[in-house]
Amino acid sequence: MKTRVLIAEPSEVIVAGLVAILSDVTRFKVLEPVTDLTSLEERIVASRPDVIIANPTMVESAAAVRGNRPIGVIALVYQYVERLKLKRFDAVIDIRESKAAIVETIIETTQAQPEQSNPSANNYELSKRETAVLVLVAKGLTNKEIADQLNVSPHTVMSHRKNIVNKTGIKSVAGLTVYAMLNNLIDESTLI
Amino acid sequence: MKEILYDGNRKLSELITQEPELVHILQRVGIPLGFGDLSIAQVCQRQGLNSDFFLLLCNIYTHDRYVPDIQRIMSIPMDQLVPYLRRSHDYYVSKRLPHIQSHLHHIAEQLNQRAATVFLRFFELYKREVVEHFAHEEQNVYPHVEALQKGIADTSYSIATFIDSHGDLEDKLSDLVQIIFKYLPEQVISDDAVDVVHDILQLSNDLNKHSVIEEKVLVPYVKHLEEVVVS
Repeated sequence: MKTRVLIAEPSEVIVAGLVAILSDVTRFKVLEPVTDLTSLEERIVASRPDVIIANPTMVESAAAVRGNRPIGVIALVYQYVERLKLKRFDAVIDIRESKAAIVETIIETTQAQPEQSNPSANNYELSKRETAVLVLVAKGLTNKEIADQLNVSPHTVMSHRKNIVNKTGIKSVAGLTVYAMLNNLIDESTLI
Repeated sequence: MKEILYDGNRKLSELITQEPELVHILQRVGIPLGFGDLSIAQVCQRQGLNSDFFLLLCNIYTHDRYVPDIQRIMSIPMDQLVPYLRRSHDYYVSKRLPHIQSHLHHIAEQLNQRAATVFLRFFELYKREVVEHFAHEEQNVYPHVEALQKGIADTSYSIATFIDSHGDLEDKLSDLVQIIFKYLPEQVISDDAVDVVHDILQLSNDLNKHSVIEEKVLVPYVKHLEEVVVS
């Protein structure tokens, strides 16, 4: 199941930039962006996003946008915004961040939300911990090195790896590296 | 199992129509197309090929559960076995892999630069491993077999150390299929992706049959030769 991403932002330039970097991330489905506050609620009902990336000057807080729906709301920052206000959002994306960092923030935000009404469909999504293990596997680390870095036992690493193979269907380290790359979990400079 | 095996009286054209994947074997044993309505035995005779050997390959290729016993293997002339395996290698390396690679290049053109590089490198490394694996067999295993066939007690190699390391190579092909099916960005034109998935699955099946022929024929045959010739 793809993560449905709704961008709520008045600036066309910012919207275009964000759409460009998110649309080649296979796990995301980027929905038609909203440029004004008045149509936001209507669009949320119609397009059922999992996560909304909103300009904090357009909306008051995550709770105000979300209501009681399981939607993550991320503040999109490219100008000065009061820190206190940013705290009312589930996460913050600064447009000067790298693509990988932006993608990671979105993934983390969706995983922090309560399970959707169809939990079985989400079982193939990697958990946050599995994603962390996958990244280290893709970088060429051994189980022992991964265990040390994540401060868990090698046995735990093995069980994460087993889940990763089961969920993705990809068995080889080289294949997992391609997967991580296509999902923007790593960038080429981190490869050995 | 014996009753379902093919015999030499069948028309070759019927056999190929029923089991189209056997068409690959024809080319590797040097049977040209255009054999009309001749039987398998007649076509083999015309090409100077032992029909029992040809049928052995066809039967193993088609019937997963068929395992010829050593008496059967030793009753068939095996002089064409190594040439067959070499020609198979040649076909994979010079035809199939470049074909798939050119498809992948086409897909990669639609990916961003970083993803394209990693995607293509994956296949490049896979291809290199396949070539190395084949080279190992051609330089170590096949000369050993050919020496034994000439009655030379060659001890430079022992078939006991023959490792079927195709497993890892099969995993990589299967990974590639998974990646193309599930994780390519949506903007990649799916015609290319579907074509290449089809080609990869076909290659994977063919490579699998290739290792089955090594397991069921080459290994027991050479083991037997080693016992007879070396001792």
